[in-house]
Amino acid sequence: MRGWNLLLLVPLLALVTPVFNRDEPRLLGFPLFYWVQFLFIPLGVVCVAVVYLKTGDRR
Amino acid sequence: MTIRWVELVIFALLFALVTGLGFYAARWKSVGALNHLDEWGLGGRRFGSWITWFLIGGDLYTAYTFVAVPALMFGAGAMGFFALPYTVLVYPLVFLPLVRLWSVSRVHGYVTPADFVAGRYGSDILALLVAITGIVATMPYIALQLAGLEAVLRTMGLNGSGLAGHLPLFVAFVILALYTYQSGLRAPALIAFVKDTLIYLVIIAAVVILPAKLGGWGTIFDAADAKFTATKTPADGLLLGANNQLQYVTLALGSALALFLYPHAVTGALASRSRNVIKRNMVALPAYSLLLGLLALLGYAAIAAHTKPLVNAATGRPDSNTVIPVLFEGQFSSWFAGVAFAAIGIGALVPAAIMSIAAANLWTRNIYKAYLRRDATTEQECKQAKIASLVVKFGAVAFIVFVDPQYAIDLQLIGGVIILQTLPMVAIALYTRWFHVWGLVAGWVAGMAWGLVLLNGIPNPATGRQHFGGSALALNKLSLLGWHPFGGSPMQTYVGFVALIGNLVVAALVTLVARRLHIFNGTDETTSADYHEDEGSPRLRPVATNLLR
Repeated sequence: MRGWNLLLLVPLLALVTPVFNRDEPRLLGFPLFYWVQFLFIPLGVVCVAVVYLKTGDRR
Repeated sequence: MTIRWVELVIFALLFALVTGLGFYAARWKSVGALNHLDEWGLGGRRFGSWITWFLIGGDLYTAYTFVAVPALMFGAGAMGFFALPYTVLVYPLVFLPLVRLWSVSRVHGYVTPADFVAGRYGSDILALLVAITGIVATMPYIALQLAGLEAVLRTMGLNGSGLAGHLPLFVAFVILALYTYQSGLRAPALIAFVKDTLIYLVIIAAVVILPAKLGGWGTIFDAADAKFTATKTPADGLLLGANNQLQYVTLALGSALALFLYPHAVTGALASRSRNVIKRNMVALPAYSLLLGLLALLGYAAIAAHTKPLVNAATGRPDSNTVIPVLFEGQFSSWFAGVAFAAIGIGALVPAAIMSIAAANLWTRNIYKAYLRRDATTEQECKQAKIASLVVKFGAVAFIVFVDPQYAIDLQLIGGVIILQTLPMVAIALYTRWFHVWGLVAGWVAGMAWGLVLLNGIPNPATGRQHFGGSALALNKLSLLGWHPFGGSPMQTYVGFVALIGNLVVAALVTLVARRLHIFNGTDETTSADYHEDEGSPRLRPVATNLLR
């Protein structure tokens, strides 16, 4: 059960900026640097939500 | 500059609405007397998921954030976008520790993070350090909310010089102080509904309409790129440069670790009804991060729209915080600009109220009750907190009026660095008592001292200041007793992070020595089961009002 908690570390990937610190490819006019970081918002939400649902003490 | 009446009237109407709500809040969801700190300072500890979402959202995403982050993007580019990864990281990081803090606080009736530290280590000194750090870090934060409010008032034409120029701000704050005094945490909780609704409305409209008017996001980014390329300095740019990438990462991570150490953030979490309320909010709060990210990009929209920041008549310098208000003024009809200004203005009131309540709780519980009047009754405690909240707010107004607002920004910068130094005492202590009391004290002293020395040594070439010019430390300036481990590297890093590492190393070394010498490590009044109790458990300390029923 507690293994699910490791998912909470996944959003830390947002800190690996050298991977996406570039302009191309653009999405809807947004440079890569910006749209990738926006994508980390839903990614973070999914990780936290899965941990919430999978790790006990819900009543 | 003339007064903009349409905006001012809409602003005044919405301000009157939240004032009414603020006073009404005393009776909202109230079951007992408001003369207990659980009631006044934590809203009765029974806020559900929705109220908590609005409250914490209104608390963390402040007017200052909404004004300053786009201003930073406008001036420096990509570096300002650190706010996005910062608010992405914070929720997964605090998800587990925050519910532990909630449980142990409910079992023992803790109101502040310093209460927890006092119980965990049986040490008033440690609690005092946490309380003082919290109050000192919060005060300039409140002053900054005022700076955000004033940026809006000045854009609407209330840009007087001298003392009279601050009069509108003063009036707004007297009203805020009165209803916070009367209603406690319920006032910002209720007002947060209005604030956040307005903010969502305004931002969503702005991010749809502005790109359409300015030729699309692609054009906006290109305009920003052209501006940054034209400047000589390598510090700005549409992307991160070689030197500020580490600063970006450590600032985002350091800020995320620091956020829930701030007393006002803890207050919002402790006011919730159950562990699940907090957990659901950790899932739902990133909706605000999306908003903040989009808002940050409006700083680029301001570049594309050739926005010029207003000159503050009180200081005589361009105030970059007016970039967003001026952008709205220029691009939107008067009535919509009025709604936007009200959103930012009310956005300043909610966090200012919660911060002053949190600082008042700290003062009352961990200084007044711990040192000045150990036998204070719950009524005296609550009275003391109410008065303290007034003192804190007027202190913040005096700060803005009599001191250059630039100092508020510097102090807030310092605030972030110093609040991070309580991480071992509060966050790590939630999991382990491995660190010794005296190790934590020594670590705190080392982290604070080192952090301040480093900040003092950072110049800001843009403003010509020699000290406290920013939080970005060039690694080649980093010196350990004369040894330069990163000599020659111009890469920058966040001071708070460096100081925290120093803090942890000193705390660990002193802990090892103290253990070897068998020095008494205080008494722990908590048990490991305390950290898991939930709503409905008979082990929870009853909230004051439940006693009255």
